[in-house]
Amino acid sequence: MSTGQIGGQPPNPRGIFGPKKQGREALLNALVLLGLVIVPLWAVMADEPFTITLVTRAVIFALAAVGLNIALGLGGLVSLGHAVFFGIGGYAMGILAWHAQNYVPLFEWPVLFEGTKSMPVIWAVAVLASALAAFCIGLLSLRTSGVYFIMITLAFGQMFYYFAISWARYGGEDGMSIYVRNGFPGLNTLDPIQFYGLCLAALLLGLLLHARLRRAPFGLALNAARQAPERVRAVGLDPLRLRLLAFTLSGAITGLAGALFADLNRFVSPTMFSWQLSGEFIVFIILGGTARLFGPVVGAVLFVLMEHWLGALTEYWHIGFGALLLLIVLFGQGGVIGLIAGKARAHD
Amino acid sequence: MTEILSTRGLCKAFGALTATDDVSLTLRAGEIHALIGPNGAGKSTLIAQIGGALSPDRGQVFLDGEDVTALPVPARARKGLARTFQISQLAQQDTVLQNVLLAAIGAARQPWRFWRPALSDAALRGRAEAALTRVGLEDHAATVTAELSHGQRRLLEIAVALTLSPKAFLMDEPMAGLGAEGAARLVPLLRDLKAEAPILLVEHDMDAVFALADRISVLVSGRVIATGTADEIRRNAAVRAAYLGDAA
Repeated sequence: MSTGQIGGQPPNPRGIFGPKKQGREALLNALVLLGLVIVPLWAVMADEPFTITLVTRAVIFALAAVGLNIALGLGGLVSLGHAVFFGIGGYAMGILAWHAQNYVPLFEWPVLFEGTKSMPVIWAVAVLASALAAFCIGLLSLRTSGVYFIMITLAFGQMFYYFAISWARYGGEDGMSIYVRNGFPGLNTLDPIQFYGLCLAALLLGLLLHARLRRAPFGLALNAARQAPERVRAVGLDPLRLRLLAFTLSGAITGLAGALFADLNRFVSPTMFSWQLSGEFIVFIILGGTARLFGPVVGAVLFVLMEHWLGALTEYWHIGFGALLLLIVLFGQGGVIGLIAGKARAHD
Repeated sequence: MTEILSTRGLCKAFGALTATDDVSLTLRAGEIHALIGPNGAGKSTLIAQIGGALSPDRGQVFLDGEDVTALPVPARARKGLARTFQISQLAQQDTVLQNVLLAAIGAARQPWRFWRPALSDAALRGRAEAALTRVGLEDHAATVTAELSHGQRRLLEIAVALTLSPKAFLMDEPMAGLGAEGAARLVPLLRDLKAEAPILLVEHDMDAVFALADRISVLVSGRVIATGTADEIRRNAAVRAAYLGDAA
Protein backbone atom coordinates (compact mmCIF):
# COMPACT_ATOMS: atom_id res chain seq x y z
CA MET A 1 0.00 0.00 0.00
CA SER A 2 1.20 3.44 -0.76
CA THR A 3 1.24 5.91 2.06
CA GLY A 4 -1.99 7.83 1.93
CA GLN A 5 -4.64 7.82 -0.70
CA ILE A 6 -4.83 11.30 -2.12
CA GLY A 7 -2.69 12.37 -5.03
CA GLY A 8 -2.16 11.41 -8.62
CA GLN A 9 -4.19 12.09 -11.67
CA PRO A 10 -7.86 12.80 -11.14
CA PRO A 11 -10.29 10.28 -12.55
CA ASN A 12 -12.57 12.92 -14.05
CA PRO A 13 -11.97 12.19 -17.73
CA ARG A 14 -12.84 15.38 -19.54
CA GLY A 15 -13.95 18.20 -17.29
CA ILE A 16 -17.26 19.99 -17.60
CA PHE A 17 -16.39 21.76 -20.81
CA GLY A 18 -16.09 18.61 -22.86
CA PRO A 19 -13.21 16.79 -24.52
CA LYS A 20 -9.86 17.98 -25.85
CA LYS A 21 -8.92 20.61 -23.34
CA GLN A 22 -5.25 19.69 -23.17
CA GLY A 23 -4.03 23.22 -23.84
CA ARG A 24 -6.35 24.78 -21.29
CA GLU A 25 -4.27 23.96 -18.26
CA ALA A 26 -1.24 25.78 -19.66
CA LEU A 27 -3.43 28.74 -20.59
CA LEU A 28 -5.00 28.77 -17.13
CA ASN A 29 -1.58 28.65 -15.50
CA ALA A 30 -0.43 31.57 -17.64
CA LEU A 31 -3.52 33.58 -16.72
CA VAL A 32 -2.99 32.92 -13.01
CA LEU A 33 0.61 34.09 -13.29
CA LEU A 34 -0.45 37.14 -15.26
CA GLY A 35 -2.99 37.95 -12.56
CA LEU A 36 -0.34 37.62 -9.87
CA VAL A 37 1.75 40.22 -11.71
CA ILE A 38 -0.94 42.62 -12.92
CA VAL A 39 -3.19 42.87 -9.88
CA PRO A 40 -0.46 44.02 -7.48
CA LEU A 41 0.90 46.47 -10.08
CA TRP A 42 -2.59 47.88 -10.48
CA ALA A 43 -2.84 48.10 -6.71
CA VAL A 44 0.34 50.17 -6.61
CA MET A 45 -1.01 52.63 -9.13
CA ALA A 46 -4.44 52.73 -7.52
CA ASP A 47 -2.77 53.17 -4.13
CA GLU A 48 -4.47 50.10 -2.64
CA PRO A 49 -1.76 48.68 -0.34
CA PHE A 50 -4.25 46.34 1.29
CA THR A 51 -4.78 44.53 -2.02
CA ILE A 52 -1.03 43.97 -2.25
CA THR A 53 -1.03 42.52 1.26
CA LEU A 54 -3.90 40.24 0.32
CA VAL A 55 -2.14 38.93 -2.79
CA THR A 56 1.11 38.56 -0.84
CA ARG A 57 -0.74 36.44 1.69
CA ALA A 58 -2.14 34.27 -1.12
CA VAL A 59 1.29 33.86 -2.72
CA ILE A 60 2.89 32.83 0.58
CA PHE A 61 0.14 30.32 1.30
CA ALA A 62 0.57 29.04 -2.25
CA LEU A 63 4.30 28.52 -1.64
CA ALA A 64 3.54 26.60 1.56
CA ALA A 65 1.14 24.37 -0.38
CA VAL A 66 3.59 23.98 -3.28
CA GLY A 67 5.94 22.56 -0.66
CA LEU A 68 3.27 20.22 0.69
CA ASN A 69 2.39 19.19 -2.87
CA ILE A 70 5.80 17.53 -3.30
CA ALA A 71 4.94 15.17 -0.46
CA LEU A 72 1.22 14.91 -1.18
CA GLY A 73 0.86 15.23 -4.93
CA LEU A 74 3.98 13.35 -6.01
CA GLY A 75 4.59 11.13 -3.01
CA GLY A 76 0.98 10.48 -1.95
CA LEU A 77 1.93 11.43 1.61
CA VAL A 78 -1.06 13.11 3.26
CA SER A 79 0.69 15.11 5.94
CA LEU A 80 -1.62 16.75 8.44
CA GLY A 81 1.37 18.30 10.14
CA HIS A 82 2.88 20.62 7.59
CA ALA A 83 2.12 23.64 9.76
CA VAL A 84 5.07 22.38 11.84
CA PHE A 85 7.43 23.48 9.09
CA PHE A 86 5.49 26.69 8.45
CA GLY A 87 5.77 27.42 12.16
CA ILE A 88 9.47 26.57 12.32
CA GLY A 89 10.09 28.97 9.44
CA GLY A 90 8.06 31.58 11.28
CA TYR A 91 9.86 31.11 14.57
CA ALA A 92 13.24 31.09 12.81
CA MET A 93 12.39 34.59 11.63
CA GLY A 94 10.84 35.57 14.97
CA ILE A 95 13.70 34.40 17.14
CA LEU A 96 16.50 35.80 14.96
CA ALA A 97 14.79 39.16 14.55
CA TRP A 98 13.67 39.39 18.20
CA HIS A 99 17.26 39.03 19.40
CA ALA A 100 18.44 41.58 16.88
CA GLN A 101 15.79 44.17 17.71
CA ASN A 102 16.21 43.76 21.49
CA TYR A 103 20.01 43.57 21.41
CA VAL A 104 19.94 40.31 23.35
CA PRO A 105 22.63 37.90 22.14
CA LEU A 106 21.19 34.61 20.84
CA PHE A 107 24.41 32.90 21.89
CA GLU A 108 27.86 34.09 22.92
CA TRP A 109 29.85 30.96 22.24
CA PRO A 110 31.77 30.14 20.06
CA VAL A 111 31.15 33.59 18.63
CA LEU A 112 28.86 36.35 19.73
CA PHE A 113 25.66 36.19 17.67
CA GLU A 114 23.03 38.82 18.28
CA GLY A 115 20.40 37.56 15.83
CA THR A 116 19.84 39.10 12.44
CA LYS A 117 17.44 41.26 10.49
CA SER A 118 18.73 39.97 7.16
CA MET A 119 16.17 38.02 5.15
CA PRO A 120 18.65 35.81 3.26
CA VAL A 121 20.17 34.62 6.54
CA ILE A 122 16.74 34.12 8.09
CA TRP A 123 15.57 32.17 5.05
CA ALA A 124 18.63 29.91 5.13
CA VAL A 125 18.03 29.17 8.82
CA ALA A 126 14.29 28.63 8.20
CA VAL A 127 14.95 26.22 5.32
CA LEU A 128 17.65 24.26 7.16
CA ALA A 129 15.71 24.02 10.42
CA SER A 130 12.47 22.93 8.76
CA ALA A 131 14.31 20.46 6.53
CA LEU A 132 15.95 18.94 9.60
CA ALA A 133 12.60 18.73 11.39
CA ALA A 134 10.97 17.18 8.32
CA PHE A 135 13.78 14.64 8.06
CA CYS A 136 13.36 13.59 11.70
CA ILE A 137 9.55 13.52 11.58
CA GLY A 138 9.68 11.65 8.29
CA LEU A 139 12.10 9.10 9.68
CA LEU A 140 9.65 8.32 12.47
CA SER A 141 6.37 8.57 10.58
CA LEU A 142 7.02 7.26 7.06
CA ARG A 143 7.07 3.66 8.22
CA THR A 144 3.34 3.97 8.74
CA SER A 145 0.86 4.55 5.98
CA GLY A 146 -2.67 5.71 5.33
CA VAL A 147 -4.60 7.01 8.29
CA TYR A 148 -1.78 6.20 10.73
CA PHE A 149 0.54 8.49 8.83
CA ILE A 150 -2.07 11.25 8.97
CA MET A 151 -2.47 10.75 12.72
CA ILE A 152 1.27 10.73 13.44
CA THR A 153 1.90 13.90 11.47
CA LEU A 154 -1.05 15.49 13.28
CA ALA A 155 0.45 14.42 16.61
CA PHE A 156 3.78 16.04 15.74
CA GLY A 157 1.91 19.19 14.80
CA GLN A 158 0.20 19.30 18.19
CA MET A 159 3.51 18.70 19.98
CA PHE A 160 5.07 21.72 18.32
CA TYR A 161 1.93 23.81 18.86
CA TYR A 162 1.83 23.20 22.60
CA PHE A 163 5.58 23.59 22.89
CA ALA A 164 5.34 27.03 21.27
CA ILE A 165 2.51 28.00 23.64
CA SER A 166 4.63 27.12 26.64
CA TRP A 167 7.83 28.70 25.32
CA ALA A 168 7.63 31.80 27.50
CA ARG A 169 10.93 33.26 26.37
CA TYR A 170 9.54 33.78 22.88
CA GLY A 171 6.13 35.08 23.80
CA GLY A 172 4.37 31.85 24.71
CA GLU A 173 0.74 32.00 23.73
CA ASP A 174 0.95 35.68 22.77
CA GLY A 175 3.69 35.22 20.20
CA MET A 176 6.25 37.86 19.26
CA SER A 177 5.97 41.13 17.40
CA ILE A 178 8.81 42.29 15.19
CA TYR A 179 8.61 46.06 14.85
CA VAL A 180 10.30 46.54 11.51
CA ARG A 181 10.25 44.14 8.57
CA ASN A 182 13.58 42.44 7.95
CA GLY A 183 15.79 43.66 5.18
CA PHE A 184 16.93 42.29 1.84
CA PRO A 185 20.09 43.65 0.18
CA GLY A 186 19.25 46.21 -2.46
CA LEU A 187 15.52 46.31 -1.74
CA ASN A 188 13.27 48.33 0.50
CA THR A 189 11.17 45.58 2.02
CA LEU A 190 8.96 48.08 3.81
CA ASP A 191 7.51 48.90 0.40
CA PRO A 192 4.71 46.31 0.03
CA ILE A 193 5.27 45.77 -3.69
CA GLN A 194 8.98 45.09 -3.23
CA PHE A 195 8.32 42.56 -0.51
CA TYR A 196 5.63 41.07 -2.73
CA GLY A 197 8.18 40.70 -5.52
CA LEU A 198 10.40 38.65 -3.20
CA CYS A 199 7.50 36.38 -2.26
CA LEU A 200 6.44 35.93 -5.87
CA ALA A 201 10.02 35.09 -6.87
CA ALA A 202 10.12 32.47 -4.11
CA LEU A 203 6.83 30.99 -5.35
CA LEU A 204 8.11 30.86 -8.92
CA LEU A 205 11.27 29.10 -7.78
CA GLY A 206 9.17 26.62 -5.84
CA LEU A 207 7.00 25.96 -8.89
CA LEU A 208 10.06 25.59 -11.12
CA LEU A 209 11.58 23.11 -8.68
CA HIS A 210 8.34 21.11 -8.56
CA ALA A 211 8.03 21.11 -12.36
CA ARG A 212 11.59 19.85 -12.81
CA LEU A 213 11.39 17.38 -9.97
CA ARG A 214 8.29 15.59 -11.21
CA ARG A 215 9.87 14.83 -14.59
CA ALA A 216 13.33 13.99 -13.27
CA PRO A 217 14.29 10.42 -12.33
CA PHE A 218 13.59 11.24 -8.67
CA GLY A 219 10.04 12.40 -9.39
CA LEU A 220 9.35 9.43 -11.65
CA ALA A 221 10.52 7.00 -8.97
CA LEU A 222 8.64 8.83 -6.21
CA ASN A 223 5.48 8.85 -8.27
CA ALA A 224 5.85 5.12 -8.94
CA ALA A 225 6.47 4.47 -5.23
CA ARG A 226 3.04 5.96 -4.55
CA GLN A 227 1.35 3.73 -7.12
CA ALA A 228 3.28 0.47 -6.96
CA PRO A 229 5.79 0.36 -4.07
CA GLU A 230 6.42 -3.38 -4.58
CA ARG A 231 7.55 -2.67 -8.11
CA VAL A 232 9.86 0.11 -6.99
CA ARG A 233 11.52 -2.25 -4.54
CA ALA A 234 11.79 -4.91 -7.24
CA VAL A 235 13.81 -2.59 -9.49
CA GLY A 236 16.29 -1.98 -6.67
CA LEU A 237 15.00 1.28 -5.20
CA ASP A 238 13.84 1.94 -1.66
CA PRO A 239 10.45 3.72 -1.51
CA LEU A 240 11.12 4.79 2.08
CA ARG A 241 14.23 6.73 1.14
CA LEU A 242 12.49 8.34 -1.82
CA ARG A 243 9.63 9.43 0.44
CA LEU A 244 11.96 10.65 3.16
CA LEU A 245 13.76 12.95 0.76
CA ALA A 246 10.47 14.15 -0.72
CA PHE A 247 9.15 14.88 2.77
CA THR A 248 12.34 16.75 3.68
CA LEU A 249 12.27 18.91 0.54
CA SER A 250 8.59 19.47 1.08
CA GLY A 251 9.11 20.63 4.66
CA ALA A 252 11.96 22.93 3.64
CA ILE A 253 9.81 24.79 1.09
CA THR A 254 6.91 25.13 3.53
CA GLY A 255 9.42 26.40 6.09
CA LEU A 256 10.55 29.14 3.72
CA ALA A 257 6.91 30.13 3.27
CA GLY A 258 6.61 30.33 7.06
CA ALA A 259 9.52 32.78 7.29
CA LEU A 260 7.92 34.96 4.61
CA PHE A 261 4.52 34.80 6.33
CA ALA A 262 6.07 35.94 9.60
CA ASP A 263 7.71 38.84 7.82
CA LEU A 264 4.47 39.79 6.10
CA ASN A 265 2.69 40.08 9.45
CA ARG A 266 5.78 41.11 11.44
CA PHE A 267 4.36 38.74 14.00
CA VAL A 268 4.72 35.08 14.93
CA SER A 269 2.52 33.07 17.25
CA PRO A 270 1.76 29.43 18.01
CA THR A 271 -1.18 29.50 15.57
CA MET A 272 1.41 29.08 12.81
CA PHE A 273 1.76 25.53 14.17
CA SER A 274 -1.98 24.86 14.39
CA TRP A 275 -3.48 21.77 12.83
CA GLN A 276 -6.17 23.92 11.23
CA LEU A 277 -3.46 25.53 9.15
CA SER A 278 -2.10 22.10 8.17
CA GLY A 279 -5.61 21.22 7.06
CA GLU A 280 -5.90 24.43 5.06
CA PHE A 281 -2.72 23.58 3.14
CA ILE A 282 -4.29 20.27 2.15
CA VAL A 283 -7.49 22.10 1.22
CA PHE A 284 -5.54 24.44 -1.10
CA ILE A 285 -4.20 21.45 -3.01
CA ILE A 286 -7.51 19.61 -3.22
CA LEU A 287 -9.38 22.77 -4.16
CA GLY A 288 -6.93 23.63 -6.93
CA GLY A 289 -6.30 20.06 -8.06
CA THR A 290 -3.98 17.33 -6.83
CA ALA A 291 -1.05 16.44 -9.09
CA ARG A 292 -1.43 19.77 -10.86
CA LEU A 293 1.55 22.06 -10.89
CA PHE A 294 -0.62 25.12 -10.23
CA GLY A 295 -3.16 23.33 -8.04
CA PRO A 296 -1.82 24.82 -4.78
CA VAL A 297 -1.61 28.30 -6.32
CA VAL A 298 -5.19 28.30 -7.60
CA GLY A 299 -6.40 26.82 -4.31
CA ALA A 300 -4.56 29.32 -2.12
CA VAL A 301 -5.67 32.31 -4.20
CA LEU A 302 -9.30 31.18 -4.11
CA PHE A 303 -9.08 30.57 -0.38
CA VAL A 304 -7.67 34.01 0.39
CA LEU A 305 -10.17 35.73 -1.90
CA MET A 306 -13.11 33.94 -0.34
CA GLU A 307 -11.77 34.52 3.15
CA HIS A 308 -11.72 38.22 2.28
CA TRP A 309 -15.00 38.55 0.39
CA LEU A 310 -17.17 36.02 2.17
CA GLY A 311 -15.52 36.99 5.44
CA ALA A 312 -16.68 40.57 4.88
CA LEU A 313 -20.25 39.34 4.49
CA THR A 314 -20.41 37.01 7.44
CA GLU A 315 -18.13 35.65 10.11
CA TYR A 316 -19.55 32.23 9.28
CA TRP A 317 -17.89 32.33 5.86
CA HIS A 318 -16.35 28.90 6.42
CA ILE A 319 -19.81 27.39 5.83
CA GLY A 320 -19.95 28.78 2.33
CA PHE A 321 -16.35 27.79 1.73
CA GLY A 322 -17.04 24.28 3.01
CA ALA A 323 -19.98 23.94 0.65
CA LEU A 324 -17.81 24.98 -2.28
CA LEU A 325 -15.11 22.52 -1.28
CA LEU A 326 -17.73 19.79 -1.06
CA LEU A 327 -18.99 20.58 -4.55
CA ILE A 328 -15.48 20.61 -5.98
CA VAL A 329 -14.60 17.29 -4.37
CA LEU A 330 -17.88 15.66 -5.40
CA PHE A 331 -18.14 16.89 -8.95
CA GLY A 332 -14.66 17.87 -10.01
CA GLN A 333 -12.18 15.41 -8.63
CA GLY A 334 -9.42 17.20 -10.43
CA GLY A 335 -10.15 20.34 -8.40
CA VAL A 336 -10.84 23.69 -10.01
CA ILE A 337 -8.12 23.08 -12.61
CA GLY A 338 -9.67 19.72 -13.41
CA LEU A 339 -13.07 21.36 -13.94
CA ILE A 340 -11.63 23.88 -16.35
CA ALA A 341 -8.87 21.95 -18.08
CA GLY A 342 -10.04 18.34 -17.94
CA LYS A 343 -8.00 15.29 -17.16
CA ALA A 344 -4.34 15.64 -16.41
CA ARG A 345 -1.94 14.03 -18.83
CA ALA A 346 0.48 11.47 -17.58
CA HIS A 347 3.35 13.72 -16.57
CA ASP A 348 5.87 13.56 -19.34
CA MET B 1 26.88 -26.01 -15.23
CA THR B 2 27.05 -22.74 -13.39
CA GLU B 3 24.48 -22.20 -10.73
CA ILE B 4 23.17 -18.65 -10.93
CA LEU B 5 20.51 -18.89 -8.26
CA SER B 6 20.07 -21.51 -5.59
CA THR B 7 18.41 -22.18 -2.28
CA ARG B 8 19.79 -24.46 0.37
CA GLY B 9 17.54 -26.03 2.98
CA LEU B 10 14.96 -23.25 3.07
CA CYS B 11 12.37 -23.64 5.83
CA LYS B 12 9.50 -21.38 6.69
CA ALA B 13 6.62 -22.06 9.04
CA PHE B 14 3.60 -19.97 9.94
CA GLY B 15 2.61 -21.26 13.34
CA ALA B 16 1.89 -24.95 12.93
CA LEU B 17 1.77 -24.71 9.14
CA THR B 18 5.01 -25.59 7.40
CA ALA B 19 4.89 -23.59 4.19
CA THR B 20 8.44 -24.31 3.03
CA ASP B 21 10.06 -27.55 4.10
CA ASP B 22 13.77 -27.96 3.45
CA VAL B 23 13.72 -26.66 -0.12
CA SER B 24 16.95 -26.81 -2.10
CA LEU B 25 16.68 -25.66 -5.70
CA THR B 26 19.19 -24.61 -8.31
CA LEU B 27 18.82 -22.42 -11.36
CA ARG B 28 21.59 -22.98 -13.89
CA ALA B 29 22.84 -20.65 -16.57
CA GLY B 30 20.75 -20.83 -19.73
CA GLU B 31 17.85 -22.81 -18.38
CA ILE B 32 14.22 -22.39 -17.55
CA HIS B 33 13.49 -24.14 -14.30
CA ALA B 34 9.77 -24.41 -13.68
CA LEU B 35 8.27 -24.72 -10.25
CA ILE B 36 4.85 -26.33 -10.20
CA GLY B 37 2.57 -27.59 -7.52
CA PRO B 38 -1.08 -27.60 -6.51
CA ASN B 39 -2.69 -24.59 -4.83
CA GLY B 40 -1.41 -24.19 -1.31
CA ALA B 41 1.82 -26.05 -2.04
CA GLY B 42 3.81 -23.04 -0.87
CA LYS B 43 4.94 -21.61 -4.20
CA SER B 44 4.21 -17.99 -3.29
CA THR B 45 5.93 -18.34 0.08
CA LEU B 46 8.98 -19.80 -1.61
CA ILE B 47 9.07 -17.06 -4.26
CA ALA B 48 8.81 -14.44 -1.51
CA GLN B 49 11.82 -15.92 0.27
CA ILE B 50 13.88 -16.06 -2.90
CA GLY B 51 12.91 -12.50 -3.82
CA GLY B 52 13.58 -11.21 -0.33
CA ALA B 53 10.10 -10.12 0.75
CA LEU B 54 10.05 -12.84 3.40
CA SER B 55 12.95 -14.18 5.45
CA PRO B 56 13.27 -17.92 5.89
CA ASP B 57 13.37 -19.52 9.35
CA ARG B 58 16.36 -21.58 8.21
CA GLY B 59 18.41 -22.05 5.08
CA GLN B 60 20.06 -19.76 2.56
CA VAL B 61 19.52 -18.15 -0.80
CA PHE B 62 22.51 -17.74 -3.10
CA LEU B 63 22.70 -15.44 -6.09
CA ASP B 64 25.70 -15.87 -8.35
CA GLY B 65 27.62 -17.60 -5.59
CA GLU B 66 26.86 -14.96 -2.97
CA ASP B 67 24.72 -15.53 0.11
CA VAL B 68 21.91 -12.99 -0.21
CA THR B 69 19.68 -14.43 2.52
CA ALA B 70 19.97 -11.33 4.70
CA LEU B 71 19.45 -8.80 1.89
CA PRO B 72 16.12 -6.99 1.44
CA VAL B 73 14.27 -6.87 -1.88
CA PRO B 74 15.95 -3.75 -3.37
CA ALA B 75 19.44 -5.04 -2.59
CA ARG B 76 18.71 -8.39 -4.25
CA ALA B 77 17.36 -6.56 -7.27
CA ARG B 78 20.59 -4.56 -7.46
CA LYS B 79 22.56 -7.82 -7.29
CA GLY B 80 20.78 -8.95 -10.44
CA LEU B 81 17.54 -10.67 -9.47
CA ALA B 82 14.60 -9.45 -11.56
CA ARG B 83 11.13 -10.57 -10.64
CA THR B 84 7.74 -10.31 -12.23
CA PHE B 85 4.53 -10.40 -10.24
CA GLN B 86 1.53 -12.65 -10.47
CA ILE B 87 -0.66 -9.58 -10.09
CA SER B 88 0.87 -6.82 -12.17
CA GLN B 89 2.69 -4.23 -10.08
CA LEU B 90 2.84 -1.26 -12.38
CA ALA B 91 2.41 2.48 -12.04
CA GLN B 92 -1.04 2.51 -13.62
CA GLN B 93 -1.26 6.27 -14.10
CA ASP B 94 2.12 6.47 -15.78
CA THR B 95 2.84 5.69 -19.39
CA VAL B 96 4.27 2.38 -20.53
CA LEU B 97 7.60 4.06 -21.24
CA GLN B 98 7.71 5.59 -17.76
CA ASN B 99 7.26 2.16 -16.23
CA VAL B 100 10.28 0.78 -18.04
CA LEU B 101 12.18 4.01 -17.38
CA LEU B 102 11.66 3.35 -13.68
CA ALA B 103 13.51 0.06 -14.10
CA ALA B 104 16.24 1.80 -16.09
CA ILE B 105 16.61 4.33 -13.27
CA GLY B 106 16.82 1.49 -10.77
CA ALA B 107 19.33 -0.43 -12.86
CA ALA B 108 21.51 2.66 -13.34
CA ARG B 109 21.07 3.47 -9.64
CA GLN B 110 20.22 7.03 -10.49
CA PRO B 111 17.10 7.97 -8.52
CA TRP B 112 18.80 10.96 -6.89
CA ARG B 113 18.62 13.21 -9.91
CA PHE B 114 16.34 16.16 -9.59
CA TRP B 115 16.60 18.45 -12.54
CA ARG B 116 16.93 16.85 -15.96
CA PRO B 117 13.83 15.02 -17.22
CA ALA B 118 14.21 11.24 -17.21
CA LEU B 119 12.73 11.16 -20.71
CA SER B 120 15.50 13.30 -22.15
CA ASP B 121 18.27 11.10 -20.77
CA ALA B 122 19.34 9.15 -23.85
CA ALA B 123 21.02 6.33 -21.90
CA LEU B 124 18.02 5.65 -19.65
CA ARG B 125 15.59 6.03 -22.49
CA GLY B 126 17.54 3.81 -24.88
CA ARG B 127 17.66 1.05 -22.33
CA ALA B 128 13.94 1.34 -21.63
CA GLU B 129 12.92 1.47 -25.26
CA ALA B 130 15.06 -1.53 -26.14
CA ALA B 131 13.15 -3.60 -23.58
CA LEU B 132 9.81 -2.42 -24.94
CA THR B 133 10.84 -3.36 -28.47
CA ARG B 134 11.96 -6.76 -27.26
CA VAL B 135 8.47 -7.61 -25.94
CA GLY B 136 6.70 -5.84 -28.81
CA LEU B 137 5.23 -2.92 -26.89
CA GLU B 138 7.19 -0.18 -28.69
CA ASP B 139 4.05 1.20 -30.31
CA HIS B 140 2.43 1.63 -26.91
CA ALA B 141 5.26 3.60 -25.28
CA ALA B 142 3.06 6.67 -24.80
CA THR B 143 -0.03 4.74 -23.68
CA VAL B 144 -1.15 5.17 -20.09
CA THR B 145 -0.61 1.80 -18.43
CA ALA B 146 -4.15 1.59 -17.06
CA GLU B 147 -5.41 1.58 -20.66
CA LEU B 148 -3.39 -1.51 -21.67
CA SER B 149 -5.08 -4.88 -22.15
CA HIS B 150 -4.35 -7.55 -19.58
CA GLY B 151 -2.05 -9.33 -21.99
CA GLN B 152 -0.10 -6.15 -22.71
CA ARG B 153 0.31 -5.58 -18.99
CA ARG B 154 1.81 -9.05 -18.63
CA LEU B 155 4.28 -8.16 -21.40
CA LEU B 156 5.11 -4.88 -19.68
CA GLU B 157 5.84 -6.79 -16.45
CA ILE B 158 8.42 -8.77 -18.38
CA ALA B 159 9.81 -5.68 -20.12
CA VAL B 160 10.36 -4.03 -16.72
CA ALA B 161 12.28 -7.07 -15.48
CA LEU B 162 14.23 -7.21 -18.74
CA THR B 163 15.30 -3.56 -18.41
CA LEU B 164 17.23 -4.52 -15.29
CA SER B 165 19.60 -6.71 -17.39
CA PRO B 166 19.44 -9.24 -14.57
CA LYS B 167 21.50 -12.32 -13.81
CA ALA B 168 18.34 -14.30 -13.13
CA PHE B 169 14.62 -13.89 -13.67
CA LEU B 170 12.10 -14.84 -11.02
CA MET B 171 8.74 -15.04 -12.76
CA ASP B 172 5.60 -15.56 -10.74
CA GLU B 173 2.91 -16.85 -13.09
CA PRO B 174 3.69 -14.62 -16.06
CA MET B 175 0.81 -16.25 -17.94
CA ALA B 176 -1.79 -15.70 -15.23
CA GLY B 177 -5.13 -14.81 -16.79
CA LEU B 178 -3.82 -14.91 -20.36
CA GLY B 179 -5.81 -17.74 -21.89
CA ALA B 180 -4.39 -20.32 -24.27
CA GLU B 181 -3.73 -17.94 -27.14
CA GLY B 182 -2.01 -15.28 -25.04
CA ALA B 183 0.07 -17.88 -23.24
CA ALA B 184 1.17 -19.39 -26.54
CA ARG B 185 2.47 -16.00 -27.60
CA LEU B 186 4.57 -15.67 -24.44
CA VAL B 187 6.25 -19.04 -24.89
CA PRO B 188 8.70 -18.01 -27.65
CA LEU B 189 9.53 -14.79 -25.77
CA LEU B 190 10.46 -16.64 -22.59
CA ARG B 191 12.41 -19.23 -24.57
CA ASP B 192 14.31 -16.37 -26.13
CA LEU B 193 14.96 -14.68 -22.78
CA LYS B 194 16.59 -17.64 -21.09
CA ALA B 195 19.72 -17.17 -23.17
CA GLU B 196 20.07 -13.77 -21.53
CA ALA B 197 19.45 -14.93 -18.00
CA PRO B 198 17.99 -18.14 -16.63
CA ILE B 199 14.37 -18.11 -15.51
CA LEU B 200 12.88 -19.59 -12.36
CA LEU B 201 9.32 -19.91 -13.52
CA VAL B 202 6.31 -20.47 -11.30
CA GLU B 203 3.43 -21.28 -13.58
CA HIS B 204 0.02 -22.90 -13.55
CA ASP B 205 -0.25 -23.32 -17.30
CA MET B 206 0.95 -26.91 -17.75
CA ASP B 207 1.14 -26.71 -21.54
CA ALA B 208 3.50 -23.77 -21.26
CA VAL B 209 5.55 -25.42 -18.51
CA PHE B 210 6.08 -28.64 -20.43
CA ALA B 211 6.82 -26.73 -23.63
CA LEU B 212 9.35 -24.40 -22.00
CA ALA B 213 11.02 -25.94 -19.00
CA ASP B 214 14.41 -27.54 -19.18
CA ARG B 215 13.83 -28.83 -15.69
CA ILE B 216 10.76 -28.97 -13.51
CA SER B 217 10.50 -29.12 -9.74
CA VAL B 218 7.29 -30.23 -8.11
CA LEU B 219 6.34 -28.67 -4.81
CA VAL B 220 3.79 -30.42 -2.61
CA SER B 221 3.01 -29.30 0.94
CA GLY B 222 6.15 -27.19 1.02
CA ARG B 223 8.48 -29.99 -0.07
CA VAL B 224 10.14 -30.58 -3.42
CA ILE B 225 9.03 -34.13 -4.20
CA ALA B 226 10.75 -34.38 -7.58
CA THR B 227 13.07 -32.48 -9.88
CA GLY B 228 13.79 -33.50 -13.45
CA THR B 229 13.17 -32.98 -17.15
CA ALA B 230 9.64 -32.77 -18.49
CA ASP B 231 9.70 -36.46 -19.43
CA GLU B 232 11.03 -37.54 -16.07
CA ILE B 233 8.35 -35.55 -14.29
CA ARG B 234 5.62 -36.98 -16.52
CA ARG B 235 6.80 -40.51 -15.69
CA ASN B 236 7.39 -39.89 -11.98
CA ALA B 237 4.91 -41.99 -10.01
CA ALA B 238 4.99 -39.81 -6.92
CA VAL B 239 4.24 -36.72 -8.97
CA ARG B 240 1.39 -38.41 -10.76
CA ALA B 241 -0.10 -39.56 -7.51
CA ALA B 242 0.34 -36.31 -5.63
CA TYR B 243 -0.29 -33.75 -8.26
CA LEU B 244 -0.94 -34.48 -11.87
CA GLY B 245 -3.41 -37.27 -11.25
CA ASP B 246 -3.87 -40.24 -13.56
CA ALA B 247 -5.19 -38.10 -16.40
CA ALA B 248 -1.69 -36.78 -17.06
